[in-house]
Parts: sequence; C-alpha cells; structure tokens
Amino acid sequence: MVDSEALLAEALLDIERASDEKSLDALRVQYLGKKGSFTDLLKRLGKLPAEQRPVAGEQINLAKKNLQQALELKRNDLIAHALNEQLEAGRLDVTLPGRRQSPGGLHPITMSIERIKSIFAGAGYDVAEGPEIEDDYHNFEALNIPAHHPARAMHDTFYVSPGNVLRTHTSPVQVHVMETGQPPFRMICPGRVYRCDSDLTHTPMFHQVEGLLVDESVSMADLKGTVVEFLQAYFEVEMPVRFRPSYFPFTEPSAEVDMGCVSCEGKGCRICGHTGWLEVMGCGMVHPKVLEMSGVDTEIYSGFAFGMGVERLAMLRYGVGDLRLYFENDIRFLRQFN
Amino acid sequence: MIISESWLREWVDSGLTTDELAASLTMAGLEVDGIAPVAREFSGIIVAEVRQVTQHPDADKLRVCSVFDGEHKQQVVCGAPNVVPGMKAPFATVGATIETGQSKPLKITKAKLRGVESHGMLCSAEELGLEESSEGLMELPSDAPVGQNFRAYLQLSDSMIELDLTPNRGDCLGMRGIAREVGVLSRKEVCEPAVNAVEPVHAEEFPVTISATEACPRYLGRVIRNVKLNARSPLWMQEKLRRSGLRSIDPIVDVTNFVLMEMGQPMHAFDFEKLSGKICVRMADDGEVITLLDGKEIALSADTLVIADAEKPVAMAGVMGGLATAVSDATKHVFLECAFFAPLSIAGRARAYGLHTDAAHRYERGVDFELQRRAMERATALLLEIVGGEPGPITEAFGTLPERNTVRLRFASIKKDLGVTISAQEVAEILSRLGFVITAQDNQSIEVEVPSYRFDVSIEADLIEELARIFGYDNIPRTAGLSAQRFPKSSETTIETNRLREHLVALGYQEIISYSFIDPALSELITGSQQAIPLQNPISEEMGVMRCSLLPGLLSSYQHNANRQHERLRFFETGLVFQRNGEEIQQEARVGGLIAGSQLPKSWSNGRDQSDFYDLKGDVEVLLGLGGKTGQLSFFPVAECGYHPGQCAEIRNSEGERVGVLGALHPAIQRKLDLDQSIFVFELRLVALLEARMPQVSALSKYPEVQRDMAIVIDEAVSADSIINLVRASAGEFLTDLRIFDVYQGDAIAKGQKSVALGLTWQHPSRTLSDEEITAIIGNCVNALQEQFNADLRK
Repeated sequence: MVDSEALLAEALLDIERASDEKSLDALRVQYLGKKGSFTDLLKRLGKLPAEQRPVAGEQINLAKKNLQQALELKRNDLIAHALNEQLEAGRLDVTLPGRRQSPGGLHPITMSIERIKSIFAGAGYDVAEGPEIEDDYHNFEALNIPAHHPARAMHDTFYVSPGNVLRTHTSPVQVHVMETGQPPFRMICPGRVYRCDSDLTHTPMFHQVEGLLVDESVSMADLKGTVVEFLQAYFEVEMPVRFRPSYFPFTEPSAEVDMGCVSCEGKGCRICGHTGWLEVMGCGMVHPKVLEMSGVDTEIYSGFAFGMGVERLAMLRYGVGDLRLYFENDIRFLRQFN
Repeated sequence: MIISESWLREWVDSGLTTDELAASLTMAGLEVDGIAPVAREFSGIIVAEVRQVTQHPDADKLRVCSVFDGEHKQQVVCGAPNVVPGMKAPFATVGATIETGQSKPLKITKAKLRGVESHGMLCSAEELGLEESSEGLMELPSDAPVGQNFRAYLQLSDSMIELDLTPNRGDCLGMRGIAREVGVLSRKEVCEPAVNAVEPVHAEEFPVTISATEACPRYLGRVIRNVKLNARSPLWMQEKLRRSGLRSIDPIVDVTNFVLMEMGQPMHAFDFEKLSGKICVRMADDGEVITLLDGKEIALSADTLVIADAEKPVAMAGVMGGLATAVSDATKHVFLECAFFAPLSIAGRARAYGLHTDAAHRYERGVDFELQRRAMERATALLLEIVGGEPGPITEAFGTLPERNTVRLRFASIKKDLGVTISAQEVAEILSRLGFVITAQDNQSIEVEVPSYRFDVSIEADLIEELARIFGYDNIPRTAGLSAQRFPKSSETTIETNRLREHLVALGYQEIISYSFIDPALSELITGSQQAIPLQNPISEEMGVMRCSLLPGLLSSYQHNANRQHERLRFFETGLVFQRNGEEIQQEARVGGLIAGSQLPKSWSNGRDQSDFYDLKGDVEVLLGLGGKTGQLSFFPVAECGYHPGQCAEIRNSEGERVGVLGALHPAIQRKLDLDQSIFVFELRLVALLEARMPQVSALSKYPEVQRDMAIVIDEAVSADSIINLVRASAGEFLTDLRIFDVYQGDAIAKGQKSVALGLTWQHPSRTLSDEEITAIIGNCVNALQEQFNADLRK
C-alpha cells in the first residue's frame, strides 16, 4: 500500500512543476479524480484492519486537503501570472493620437450670428429671414428712402434689374414681417447684405443683424437699455456705451452707438484709433412714416430698431485684423475658430 | 465739410476749448471726424523781403539773394524759380525749427551751398505745411510787414475741423449753419457779419424768366460791369478758403466759393458778353447737349433743370456751369447768379451724370430759401472790393416758393418717445434757440414755424429728435423693462438650420462663406446652360453673376486651399442661390458640401483610403436622416451638369420632388480647374431637410428576433435599391430590418454578375416566428428575385 504522505509529496512536486492551468487540471484529475490516486487509496482503506481505518482515513483526507489547497494556490498563481502576461502583452502607447475624423468647424460669422441670436432669443426676440434680391420698395421706399434721396448715396447699391437690388441692409425683412403680421413685434433679422464698395475696410458682401421692437409705449430709454444690455452680454464686459445723434431715414431720433474700446478699456489704442471708443451700431426710434407705410398705427404703437455689422463685432471679439479673411475661406484662418 | 476753428470763433465765441467744441458738435449729431493744425509747428519764421537776386556762380538752378529781415540784410541761397527782387516771403532765420513729421525737426543753420554761404531759408507753403504741394516760394502781399512773426501775421494758431455731416443737415454745409448750432449748444450769441445792400451804379438788368416754376422757386441775377480780373484775392480770404479745404483760383471763383463756405449758398458767375438775350430757367430738352466747365460734354435728359439763355443751355442748374459762358481772363462784365432750386429737382441728377459738385451736394440737401438776396449782396460787396466794377440792380424772378411749415408738438409725445420728461419751458427754449418760431402754446402742446433752412423738419417726430439732440442723448435714462412675458412659437417638426450645421461639423466639415456673386465663366463651367442672373454694376468681372449653385464657391475655396498645400478638405456652405424663372426671381436656400482627399486625416493608423462617392453619400444620409424621414427619400442615378455621369444621384422625396443631388465632380471640370484629385460634392434644398417627423412610439415585442442571411448572384446592372425593394415586398409584414452586408465581384463569380449578401431580421409582436414560416419567406424572396432579375442563390 502506498503511503499517503509519499503520494502527497509526489503530487506536490508535480504541482510545483505545472506550467499552466490545463496541466494543473490534469493533475487534479490524476490525484483527486474518480479514478485518481487518492480515490484509489481511499478505496483500499477497506482492506485495512478496522482499527487502523480511522487513522489511515484521516491521514488520507488530510493529505487530500493539503493537495487541494496546493492546487488552489497554484491555480491562483497561474491565473495571476497569465493575467500579468496578458497585461504586459497588451501595453499600448497611449500618447499616440486617436483614430478619428478631422475636426470640422463653424465659420466665425455663423458663430457670431448664433451668439447674437441666442442672446436675443433669451430676451424674447424671434428670428426672421428674407430674400437677398429685394425690390426697390422694400429696400428703400418703405424705409423712408425715396428715389433720389441723398441717403441712397450712402448705400452703394448693386442693381439686378430695374426695380430689383441686392438688399443693402436686412431692414426690408422687418418691413415684410410688419406688412404681414400684427404688432407687437420683437425680432432680429440676420443675414447677408451687399454694397458696391470694396477696399481695406469694406467687402462688397457682409452680414448684418438688425433688430426691431414695436409695442405700446416703447421709448428711446428702452432702446438705450436694450442696446447696452446686449453689448455687455455679447462682449461679456461692462463697458461704457455712448449714444451719439446721427441720421438714418428709417429712424428718428437716430443714434450711432459707441462702446468703450474692449481692447484697451478706453485708454486709447490702435484698434479704437486712440479715441477709446468703438463705433459698433446704429439705432433709433422707428420713423413714424415707416410704421405707417407698413400698416402700424402710430397712435398706439411705437418702436425701436438697431443694426450691427457682424464682421465688425467678430473682428473686435476675435481679433480679426483683415476683413478679407472672412471670405477667402483659408483653412488656416477658419481652423482657428474650431 | 472742413471748417476753420478761428473763423468759427469769429462767428460765435463759444468759450469752449477745441476739444470741448469738437465733443459738443459730435454729441449734437455733427460728427467731428478729425482736427488738424492749419500749419506745421515751427519757430523762427518771419516775414522778409527779397532785396536783390543774383545768379549763383557755380549752380544753374540756385540764386544768391539778399534778404531783409527787418533789421539786417542776410545772404541766402535759394533754389525757388519764382524768387524775384521786391517779393515778400516767409523766411526761416538761422536757428529756426520746422516740424516735418520726421523724428527730428528741421533746424536751420548757417550753411554753404556750392561754396556760397547761406544764412537762413526762404520758404514755400508746402515746407510750412500750408499746402500739400507747392511750386516755388510762398508769395506774400506787398503790404506784409517785414520782420513780423509769420505765424502771428497769418494767424496760424488755428485748426481745421473736419465734420462728417449726415444728409439731413444741409443747413450745416456753411459756416452760418455751424455757428448757429454752436450758438445753441454753448448758449452764446452768434455774430453774423453785417451785409449791406450794394447801391447799383447803373440800371442794366438782364431779363430772367422761370418756366420750371416748381424746380426753381427763386432766381436772382446781377450784372457787374468792368471788372478787373488781374487782381488777387486778399490773403484773409485765401486763408479762409484754404482752411476750408479749397484752393484760391481767381477772385470770382474765390468770392463765390467764399459765400458758399460762409453761407452755404452756391453761386455762379457767367461771362456776361457770352450770354445771349435772356436767362430762362427751364427743363432740358431730351438730348440737348452742354459742355460743362470741366470740359465734359453731356447729353441732357428731360428731367434735368438747366439755366439757358436765348439760344442754349448755359449751366446745369445747381450742379455746374457751362464752359462756353465761363468767366475767363478776357471777361469784362460778369452776370452773377444766386438761386434757390428745389431739392427734389436737383437730387440724384449730378450722380446720374457721374458728377459730384459742392453746389449739387448742397441743393440736394436743401439751401435756405430765404437767403439768396443776402448772399447776392455779400458776394457783390466782396467782389467790388477785389476786382472793382460797376454793379447793376438785382433782378429777382420767382417760381413757386415753398412755405414755412408749421408743426405741432404734444408734450405727452416727448415722454412717450424719449422716456424722459422735458419741461414745457425747456422745450420752448430749445426750439427757439434752434430758430423755430413759436406760434402757439397751451398746456398740451406747442406749435412752431420751421425756419427756412430746416428741410428736415416737418412732423412731430422731427421736433422730438431736435429736443433729444439738444437735451442730450446722455440725459435720456436707460430702461429695459418691456411688457409681459411671451412664449416663443416652437415647432418640433422643424429643424433649425444650425442643427444641420452642427451635424456637418461633427462629420468633419468646415463651414465656409463665399461671395454670392461669382465669376460667370466658372458659373457656366459648372452649371452649364442654366442662366445665372447678372448684376448691372458688378464690382468686377469676376463677381459678375449671382450664383445659381453653391458648388462654384465650394470649388473656389477648395482651389484656394489646394494651392496652399491643403488638399484633404471637407467644406460646407449654406445660403441662397438665385435663378430666374420667367419674370420671377427664385431665391432658394441650400446646403452644399465638398469632400476631397483621404477618408480620415492621415495618421499613424489610418488615412490611406481615398474618400469616394459612398463616403459622401453616408454623410448626406446622416443629414437626410435628421428629420426622421429617410424612408421617404430615394436616390436615382441621373446625368447632371457638372457631375460624373456614372457617379451622380438625385434624391427625391415621396412626391417625386427633387431634394438634392450628390456625386463626383465631372473629371473634365476637375481637369479644367487643374485639381489633381477626385472631388465629391452635394447640394441639397434646405427646406426639404428642415422638415421633421413627430416621433410616434409603437409597443416593443417580447418575442425573439429571427435573423437570416442570404447571398444571391445577380446581373451586375441590377441596382441595390431594386433588390432591396423587391425583397422588402416579398419578406412579409414582420420584417424589421433589411440590409446589404456584402457585394462581391471577382473570380468566384461569373463575369457580368455580382454576389449580393443580404441580412434580414423579423419579429412578430405577439408570438414566436417558426422556422417553417421563415424558410417559406426566404423561398418567396428567392423566387421573386429569380423571376424578376434571373438571380440565383449563391451556392
């Protein structure tokens, strides 16, 4: 009869030598399986005299227990080892760039218009859009700029055909809305506008956002408050703002809006021409003739309107030095906004 | 408009510093654009007399002069061609300094010029910053006091203030108007120079008739005999003109220009002997020809007002005089004209002929219609002082004179429009100071008569603007409390354009914005016979037509970047395209895109595969899917101008309307544009993309999905769409998904055939589908494919 201790010693040696889970499992079967060596030993217990059986049985069971423990330990060892190897083999250079599409981006003019829209949307303004080839009536007449009015010279107009022009501002959109709707009105009109002028400070196409608010008892004080709130929200700076009397045929009183230079905080720099002020907007109380022509009762309603050049605002906000960059679509310029 | 500050101070002593003056003008709506000194900074310049001039021994172009500075004679070498003995000129003494705009001022020292000593420098107007450029020395009048400080003599401590006037303020296009404004702002008296009627010394009148009575309400003429035109205008007048931005020409031009700058009243002088018979103010005959002072010959149209004599037009009224009757050196007698032309009869006329003149600029905006007699007397008096002559009486003819407007202002309107209360007393005071005459006033309102120089005031709002201007915009408070809350109308079945943009950005597209007007040649190359709408006055030939597609802009931007070594590009643009449909102009919003180069940016693990049609189509499908209406859209192969005929699809909605087109750029165009890789482009109608489906949820089945794959061999010409449509129709109502997961052509398949592998998924809402059912369905599909396309199951 084989001694259980000797068998255990042999088994432990085999376990020690096992190199993977599979061979370990084979050893478990070999020693502890149904036909394994220890099972064999136990089966042969019956041949021992009855008084020796308990002791021998205990010995065998103890050896089995030890063996099981050893197997478990070895298994954990092997699993840990295998995992380590897997981890080692799976090591990546995490500093290599990811696999992806190139980044796209919005044009800075779109970004600016969207920013302006969201600020006004928060104050309850709708967005209206309209045609870019406009008839003379909506672009001029309805805005109190009759034929031969000297103010027409201020709008270097592109002509498409007799009676049709490329809109010189987005104000005609307001006329369309007033003609077809009922007051109160509260809207902004963003879009492309065109003037026949091209030099360092003018492109023949540019973008405007014009706003209109018509309601009962709207005053110039409301206009001032609105414009200041907007500029401070857009630039995220509480800069001073001044209103200078000016002239637009469609508003009266009219004002040019200067804001304290956001670059030098009003101290004077190249960007503000050393004045400390930046001209950023035109605005005014809607001229009664404009309201009347579009069917708004001026005894009940009054309103204000304002307009700004998007290129100019974007220039000031993002430090764009040259207007022409906007429409060259040079990817090196555009990507700076992504 | 440029004015001299010291001239303004002669009119109104405002008590303001230059900066204060500029600020108050700007804040009253007369924007100051710039302030410049009337001369350079200098010291040590005096009035001197040239006593003797001799030729320099060693230099042809130099003279040696003896110059008297009031105490001593100085030897000065001078290169000016006009130096002559007896002339008086500004003289920079030794030690004098002149600012030149360079870092260091010019310092006058004793010097030797070609071996001859020179003690000082005789100066030109240019050297002293009085003129842009001048030839020769500045010649001073013979009575200039030798030895006097030159700056003091010419009163050069003065600035030129440039005003950027708005078109409504024609009344400020003269010193008189600006002084009036400054008087109001500073609450100071305006001292207008006295103008006295000139006594006629003969009785000769030249007859004036007005047939265009609306266009010409008033016309004054006066004959002045025996003028001596060799005289020079006095220095004070020359200086005032110079400081107003005008050059001194001759006494007659100078006087009319001076009255123009002083009063804002244009005038004209004719050579009296060249006028025939009479003056008639009338509308031109269509096609009538006149040669203007600037030598331009112009065929007049019938809407142009002219001054004519008995035979011919002699001036384009309110714009420019004619050459034939112009004053010249030989003129002996002049006929002075001073008229009021109605703004609407002059407006736009000069521009229509490509002209812009000081006179037209003023008449268009409105000249004081009660000013003409005063201006005529002023001009006559000044002229007589300079050129002498014998004035006749003034001939005055009338058309239909405008009347002064009366406007009522309700005090309540002020608070309503401006958001501030201005007391009735202050209102009355401001309006009076501005020259309005109060004709009535009660508790509710005030009524005023508008002065004859304010063409911009005719309704209540005009008066409120005047009040706001003078009261001060700064004094109007800021409020922002506007009306009750309102909720926006928000539609869930409409997609914002910006969502589309954001999706394209996520797909790696860069937005561009290109000009709406494009090169007609490029337009034709890409869109073929489609007629682009031309502009009548394009900024350049290359920006001559309105785009009828977004592709030219996308391609131009691609070219710009490809020329700068950026060739992997993904661009999109949204905007209107323009087409003419009969008489109607159609303006349609579209989104267009372009991709070129590798699928992914070149990197260590990818970027080797070039983008192709299906990359583009995938992106387009994402856009089309935003509204959840993909199932209602189909792709059809089409031949579209600009596109590769075999790689172009039109997208149509369920009504068969075109949603857009996508495909490869035609290789011929690619070659013509010199682009060295394939370009894929799409263009979609925005309106079709922005409609969205409202989600409606159906219950989820608890029963298992069944999936089967099948591969068929089919004629290569049969499109994927037709296979899908047929299988879908044959696969029963519980089919939940159907997709092509492989297309193969090659050795294992007969030539002209292709293998297409399809994956099908079914699910029943209320039970488990049996194997037999599915096998029967597959059988249906195979039979249908066999019948219709002669396809076989792939073995």
